[in-house]
Amino acid sequence: MEREYDALFDRCWLYLGHESELAKPGDFVTRTVARRNILFTRDGKGQLHALFNTCPHRGSTVCREERGNAKVFQCFYHGWVFGCDGKLKSQPGEERYTQGHKESGVGNLTPVPHFDTHAGFCFVCFDADAPSLFDYLAGAKEILELIASHSDSGMTIVPGAQQYAIRANWKLLAENSVDGYHAVTTHATYLDYLKNMAGGLVPVPLSGRSFDLGNGHAVLEYKAPWGRPIAQWVPMFGEHGKHEMEAIYARLAARVGEEKAKRIATHNRNMIVFPNLVINDIMAITIRTFYPVAPGQMMVNGWALAPNEESEWARKYRLFNFLEFLGPGGFATPDDVEALESCQRGFANAGSASWSDISKGMGSAEPSYDDELQMRVFWTRWNQLVNGEERAR
Amino acid sequence: MSTTISRSEAEDLLYEEADLLDRWQLEQWLALFTDDAAYLVPSTDLAPGTTPDNALFYIADDHTRLKERVIRLTKKTAHSEWPRSRTRHLVSNVRVGAADGDETPVTASFVTFRTKNGVTDTYMGRFLYRIRRTDAGLRIREKRCELDLDGLRPHGRVSILL
Repeated sequence: MEREYDALFDRCWLYLGHESELAKPGDFVTRTVARRNILFTRDGKGQLHALFNTCPHRGSTVCREERGNAKVFQCFYHGWVFGCDGKLKSQPGEERYTQGHKESGVGNLTPVPHFDTHAGFCFVCFDADAPSLFDYLAGAKEILELIASHSDSGMTIVPGAQQYAIRANWKLLAENSVDGYHAVTTHATYLDYLKNMAGGLVPVPLSGRSFDLGNGHAVLEYKAPWGRPIAQWVPMFGEHGKHEMEAIYARLAARVGEEKAKRIATHNRNMIVFPNLVINDIMAITIRTFYPVAPGQMMVNGWALAPNEESEWARKYRLFNFLEFLGPGGFATPDDVEALESCQRGFANAGSASWSDISKGMGSAEPSYDDELQMRVFWTRWNQLVNGEERAR
Repeated sequence: MSTTISRSEAEDLLYEEADLLDRWQLEQWLALFTDDAAYLVPSTDLAPGTTPDNALFYIADDHTRLKERVIRLTKKTAHSEWPRSRTRHLVSNVRVGAADGDETPVTASFVTFRTKNGVTDTYMGRFLYRIRRTDAGLRIREKRCELDLDGLRPHGRVSILL
């Protein structure tokens, strides 16, 4: 795990949050990213800042709230006060410091080495020598843009974070999040549920492709029989829902054109941005990150992303749809958690039963959504960075 | 019909419910709910009283989905709960509020232990019920489980019924 922190989490671009979480000047969230305690703020001018949440005076955690709105942040230990841009504003007993101490910048909160955004998604990188986010994201940029274009007016994180843990190695969730092969058996009860619900499904067979997006990123794009709030109607959504979704689709098509609208609306996407950002645009959109705290344990954060402008009806159905599958109380995710923990226990025999086989569809010119190309993409990059000489780029 | 509910009546209902859950008598448990019931577990960072229409919960079931949840949990393909975990639901500090129409709010503190694969997880928090008196006895119109946790850590799931 320490080698992974050195080679991956301390070097790769990592997801911090979505710009909508800081809608107004003064909004802030605190978040743990790769074991670091980050204060993410929007200052009075609207500028975003990713700061280490550590007092430059004696190291205390400056902001101890999860989120809120503030004009300044005061460290409670000795009372230093910082602006939302991290600059030191005042320090009790300032006259006892050498002249120019405050102006020199040594008293400011330290910004992360690199912060950048793409299509509303905000990333940090702790390696001063890192490549640009633009280069790092490679083909994942287009998918992020595609997801951002679900909305006329911008996407927003819905209040409520699903924070949970899994007693398994973090890479198992990287694999599982983009695994199109396991649904029929692992999620048998979810598929039973959809069949039981009057009008839970439409006659769209599961079919699609997986794509290598470069730099360890991969995506599955596929059609599926479940309802999508943008905009695959299923009878369960009702007649009112049908009108709403026709209107959503019409607006989308007018904005991005028929071909792209069809791709956005009728295709599901499961994407991994190496090493640990998953964005699944399926029966709703979830954003997920996960970090190891031990070789056999990870911490997971999940959020729901939705178009700003959607109606009360659409938001309600989106969340209803989200929860039937996704999250630690859904009809599917708990069985994924069980599968991952079961793998972790299985790996106790790794000395004798040494292999994890991800060869499905190997050599195929058109890898199917339920092949294992995306795992090979992830692991190839992992191997280059952890075991090879190459650094993240 | 009196809408007043005594504390001992409320306790009898909650203890019966806890016992059915611990014995995995889920269909009988479901029968304690009204046909328009809701079963809610909000995410742990949401303010009290938040509705699931515009915020992400862990669980927000209407009666139809609650019934499907029970059907799912009775199957061997509900892998998270097969083999079944062992649970113990403790209910305490039961308080009955003033009736609001035909529904009476009842609150209680809870601790639920779940043991599986050599690991015991503890869920604790507050139940907020809305109870309705019917010809068949007291029935649950809504059960909201507000967890006193920072997240589902280290649990990873809430695949049992709280």
